Amino acid sequence: MSGRVLVGVKRVIDYAVKIRVKPDNSGVVTDGVKHSMNPFCEIAVEEAVKLKEKKFIKEVVAVSCGPQQAQETIRTALAMGADRGIHVEVTGKDYDTLGPLQVSKIFAALAKKEDAQLLILGKQAIDDDCNQTGQMTAALLDWPQGTFASEVSLEGDKIKVVREIDGGLETIKINTPAVLTADLRLNTPRYATLPNIMKAKKKKIAQVKPADLGVDITSRLEVLRVDEPPQRLAGVTVETVDDLVAKLKESGTI
Amino acid sequence: MAAAGALGRIVRLGSSLCRKQRFIFTRSPPGRGIASCVDPAHGLTDEQKEFQEVAFNFAANEMAPNMAEWDQKEIFPVETMRKAAQLGFGGIYVQPDVGGTGLSRLDTSVIFEALSTGCVSTTAYISIHNMCAWMIDTFGNTEQRQKFCPDLCSMEKFASYCLTEPGSGSDAASLLTTAQLKGDHYILNGSKAFISGGGDTDVYVVMCRTGAKGPKGISCLVIEKGTPGLNFGKKEKKVGWNSQPTRAVILEDCAVPVTNRLGAEGQGFNIAMKGLNGGRINIASCSLGAAHACVQLARDHLLVRKQFGETLSNNQYLQFQLAEMATKLVASRLLVREAATALQGNRPDAVSLCSMAKLFATDECFNICNQALQMHGGYGYLKDYAVQQFVRDIRVHQILEGTNEVMRMIISRNLLTES
Repeated sequence: MSGRVLVGVKRVIDYAVKIRVKPDNSGVVTDGVKHSMNPFCEIAVEEAVKLKEKKFIKEVVAVSCGPQQAQETIRTALAMGADRGIHVEVTGKDYDTLGPLQVSKIFAALAKKEDAQLLILGKQAIDDDCNQTGQMTAALLDWPQGTFASEVSLEGDKIKVVREIDGGLETIKINTPAVLTADLRLNTPRYATLPNIMKAKKKKIAQVKPADLGVDITSRLEVLRVDEPPQRLAGVTVETVDDLVAKLKESGTI
Repeated sequence: MAAAGALGRIVRLGSSLCRKQRFIFTRSPPGRGIASCVDPAHGLTDEQKEFQEVAFNFAANEMAPNMAEWDQKEIFPVETMRKAAQLGFGGIYVQPDVGGTGLSRLDTSVIFEALSTGCVSTTAYISIHNMCAWMIDTFGNTEQRQKFCPDLCSMEKFASYCLTEPGSGSDAASLLTTAQLKGDHYILNGSKAFISGGGDTDVYVVMCRTGAKGPKGISCLVIEKGTPGLNFGKKEKKVGWNSQPTRAVILEDCAVPVTNRLGAEGQGFNIAMKGLNGGRINIASCSLGAAHACVQLARDHLLVRKQFGETLSNNQYLQFQLAEMATKLVASRLLVREAATALQGNRPDAVSLCSMAKLFATDECFNICNQALQMHGGYGYLKDYAVQQFVRDIRVHQILEGTNEVMRMIISRNLLTES
């Protein structure tokens, strides 16, 4: 086993920013808006670094797909403890249409190229909320997947994953190599320390193009329109339960 | 990682995942918004932006949720400060060989400005602690550096800067605390006033008189808590800066080994003033952070509060006032950062620039915070809203580390001295 873990990190609009839709409804305003690492990706990086500190794995490689600014996100991962980074350059129109299927193909190719033992991703990105990349990558690689992980432990050449599911918690044991996706309660990401930020400057970030990996990133989806959610309307006060039932029947809810 | 901080993040993540919910009193961490003309990240290197990001995150998660409680209950947040030290904030411009982070004055200013948005009072104390650690790092000999600096950088131990006395504030060089040499010890007698951290801290950097009158008779001694003869007055009740205790430090026949003297006899005043140059940039930076937070709070309030049928943001007077606040904030920030660069490069204008930066930034930023309070109307006066705490906390920045009047003395002396 190579002892190498690949962690996918995505640069998204910061969670605290108020999102605005572009006037032409083609998307969301991103110019000049604060971006940071997807919170679930932070949790994924933290888990990988923890596994390295516990000596279960030897190397953590942070990967991000996007334009030049994606390197900032990789640097944050390096400052948290990742050993090196890979920046898959995707720019302009290609970046606008980059979705989970394309990213999964890229990750699958990299996982094979880097002989990864484990691929850890955040369960979903807070911009598109797709929750697909981890699952698709596992399918492309024909690897087992432990998604919505709230607890991960390596036991020999198997991984025990406690998953958060609708009904509660599910514990599974899967073989390696495998894909894991991190859920909220998996861990609390560490702050980068000032000395680590300085050390991260010396860590290497390799640049690679999707074509170099033999991946076709044309999208099969076209975004037609982006709108704000409908304004929340005022409610109506009802006096009795009968009134409530009547109103609900009237609106077609029941 | 404190549970409170983690829970704070989880709550914010949870609320971002269902953006439909809008909490009336949501306090989005100040500093995170649409990038704008007051964004403190402008003009910084990528590395400085990363330092700033860590500081902003720490301020938002570990400090901002507690700032009101620390103020109301007068809590000295030792655990939170130690967490900050683990990230390297305990000795930011102290050299790495004794546990410091070895960053520049500009990096330091950026960091304190960001931390201040979480809690001015605590950040100001951290900056005083940093100043003391730097003084020992720079003027101490090998033994002193190795004895004191590592524990200060990790905040295993906390430090206090003791210059002011009941009888000598602005006229610092007239201090009366005496240190008489007896064998291999100095015996100290006298008292210091308004000492930040006094009584709760472990290491006291004390300026005292070993020689004749005037600045050349002053030396600098490091005194450890627990030394017999080192006592403290009552905890002062203050308008702000309540997350740090302030007490008089009373020396009664306190014996301090000669080996605890930093530098030579008679060098103490010089050491104190050099420490203050950086201290002034730090305090000015704390004012910048408070003003930045207040501009964000005022802006958010103007966009929400409606009167006369429209949001306050449509009112031209308020628009213009907000613009003036933003302009003065950016002007202050530029002056502070230039002073930091000058000090780092040992430029001949460094001392004047530090004084100008302290004078300008603390005055302007107080006005900005005060104006922001006014914009909040009656709500600005309630302790439920953070703006009043920023106003109270930075009011003292116009007074300590050299009053703004003393800053004018330094600047005019530079202008009027025939060279």
